[in-house]
Amino acid sequence: MEAALKTIQDKVHAGRRLSDEDALALFRTRDILSVGEMADFANRRKNGDRVYFIVNRHINPTNICVNRCQFCAFSKTKGEPLAYTMTMEEVMRRAEEASRQKATELHIVGGLHPDLPFDFYLLMLRTLRDRFPAMHIQAFTAVEIDYFSRITGLPLRDVILELKEAGLGSLPGGGAEIFAPEVRNRICPEKISGDRWLEVMDAVHAEGLRSNATMLYGHVETLESRVDHLRRLREMQDRTGGFQSFIPLAFHPKNTQIAKGYTTGLEDLLSLAVARLYLDNFHHIKSFWIMVGPKLAQISLHFGVDDIDGTVVEEKITHAAGAQAGQEMTVSDLVTMIRQAGRVPVERDTLYNVVREWPQGRA
Amino acid sequence: MAGGAVPTVEETARLLREAPLFELGRAADDLRRSIHPDGAVGYIVDRNINYTNICVCGCSFCAFYRDRSSPDAYVLPEDALSRKIEETLSLGGTQVLLQGGLHPEWGVDEAERIVRAVKRHPVRLHGFSPPEIWHFADRSGMSVGDVIARLVAAGLDSIPGGGAEILDDMVRARISPRKIGWEQWASVMREAHRQGLRTSATMMFGSIETPEAISRHLLRVRELQEETGGFASFIPWAFQSGNTALSADPAFMEGAAAGFGHAAGYLRVLAVSRLLLPNIRTVQVSWVTMGAKVAQLGLFFGGNDFGSTMIEENVVASAGVSFRMSEEEIVATIRDAGFLPVKREGLPC
Repeated sequence: MEAALKTIQDKVHAGRRLSDEDALALFRTRDILSVGEMADFANRRKNGDRVYFIVNRHINPTNICVNRCQFCAFSKTKGEPLAYTMTMEEVMRRAEEASRQKATELHIVGGLHPDLPFDFYLLMLRTLRDRFPAMHIQAFTAVEIDYFSRITGLPLRDVILELKEAGLGSLPGGGAEIFAPEVRNRICPEKISGDRWLEVMDAVHAEGLRSNATMLYGHVETLESRVDHLRRLREMQDRTGGFQSFIPLAFHPKNTQIAKGYTTGLEDLLSLAVARLYLDNFHHIKSFWIMVGPKLAQISLHFGVDDIDGTVVEEKITHAAGAQAGQEMTVSDLVTMIRQAGRVPVERDTLYNVVREWPQGRA
Repeated sequence: MAGGAVPTVEETARLLREAPLFELGRAADDLRRSIHPDGAVGYIVDRNINYTNICVCGCSFCAFYRDRSSPDAYVLPEDALSRKIEETLSLGGTQVLLQGGLHPEWGVDEAERIVRAVKRHPVRLHGFSPPEIWHFADRSGMSVGDVIARLVAAGLDSIPGGGAEILDDMVRARISPRKIGWEQWASVMREAHRQGLRTSATMMFGSIETPEAISRHLLRVRELQEETGGFASFIPWAFQSGNTALSADPAFMEGAAAGFGHAAGYLRVLAVSRLLLPNIRTVQVSWVTMGAKVAQLGLFFGGNDFGSTMIEENVVASAGVSFRMSEEEIVATIRDAGFLPVKREGLPC
């Protein structure tokens, strides 16, 4: 084993915090087996053999977005041929379907629509909560929260309180991309800054709402900027404890304005494993099977991952950028895949309460 | 595994079932490094051409074969064959992998004709798996040795290791009852090696076999290699169940959860293959069935070859799996893993 990795391994076994240099060394190494073993050790210490998934449904109410980030293949400008905005009924129909499939969560994110008023979103939340009280609503990235604050002129805190009062249960972790300004200027110049993203999450956590955190990797960022991103998340988590899970998102190049290949398996596994090792104050590291494909997602369960997201049902954002995975996994697909990896499948709700645990089968 | 003694079927099955994944990976990786200390990972630009999908074998794991009366049954015409080869050459390809169904009317004459048609082009011909060779011999009333000699004289360069599935007749009786048995497969390979041809060997796992059957397969290949030394590479790949008769068999579905026909199982089988076959220099990863990402990781679980660009692939694609990789992607993927991509022109040395 490389000397740097040996030092890191000692720290991991002793439960000591890794430095930024350690994270960088882990990103740079090709000794993937050693990194995997360490990440697996760190994960099992926290989560044992359990691997979580959720029965959920994604809903993207609109793809019309005033930001038009370079890395995004999903967003459209109003009036463009493939631009769409769902009616309230279309949103409800999807929620109805999810409810019939015993989903416990609706995952709702969308573009920054130029005309939809804040009241539309409040009404959507209230209607969903009233009609489907059993489903948790996880909705709106920090970018959308900031946008609501801008279009209403309300302070962040008021926006969050109104959304919470209307039924918002928690926030996803999107829009984080890479915090470093030099990267943001190249891939999403119109989007809120990294500082603002963190400020929004601070305010969200302060109101008692949990959220996730993400990192979009595999485009123009440097390894140093990935470490900087992780450091800022770790610092904030020390302060608020409000992040439930961290989800590295693999950049998909198709139909975007960034000329780059797809991420490799090694890059995906390293992102997950380094997150597990460096983000010692995050309980859950999630591998989003839509991004890395179900096969690599299964392998990632040995590389520090304890959550493979969920059934999803209808995914538009990554598929617009060339994702090869299907739209949906059934509960039985997810359970089989986890079991085959020798782990114990646990259906969770949004807040990681156990809905159902499958006894250990042979792997 | 210590001391160089050949492991038993039971020991091998225990490795498959119980060894911690990273320990398996590390042992396979160490052995791979000792055989290939330069970090070279080979690949080839070649094209997979299936001359017919008409097949009398009708294996339950196969989604490619057709009855000759089927509307989409075909025999590839010679001009189409030539076009495919021209295309391959223009893409920098050096080899054609020619395989097809067991056509009820094809004997050695038809096989020889297609070999000559291929060899009108400046291209290597890697063709006819043992069940095809056996079928030609059977149809023409000739010995396997004479069929191989005729095809070699016409230009055949090497033989692919397909049709091995699992070299265990209990498994074969269930998934490919009309295909040659394991000893016949081995006898074709033995004869090819005796005539100086080099071949690959494959293994299709993840259908209904037990870990013991996988172990027997590996040990049988190892023993044959001790005898002939003619296997240039070993290629394990996972059964893809889409559109197959087997996928509708409840026994398959029950067994699938305990089997190895998934990504995590693939890495275990790959690593155990590397460990059990120290006498075969090359173990190939299968991006065609596993995708580029898992295949790349396979380079750390014993693999030292990335296989072929394929250009076209029909058999696995019939089962609903269609990963694609260009030469550039293969090279970039090998490099990203820290290895040295080496383009080869035929079977690995």
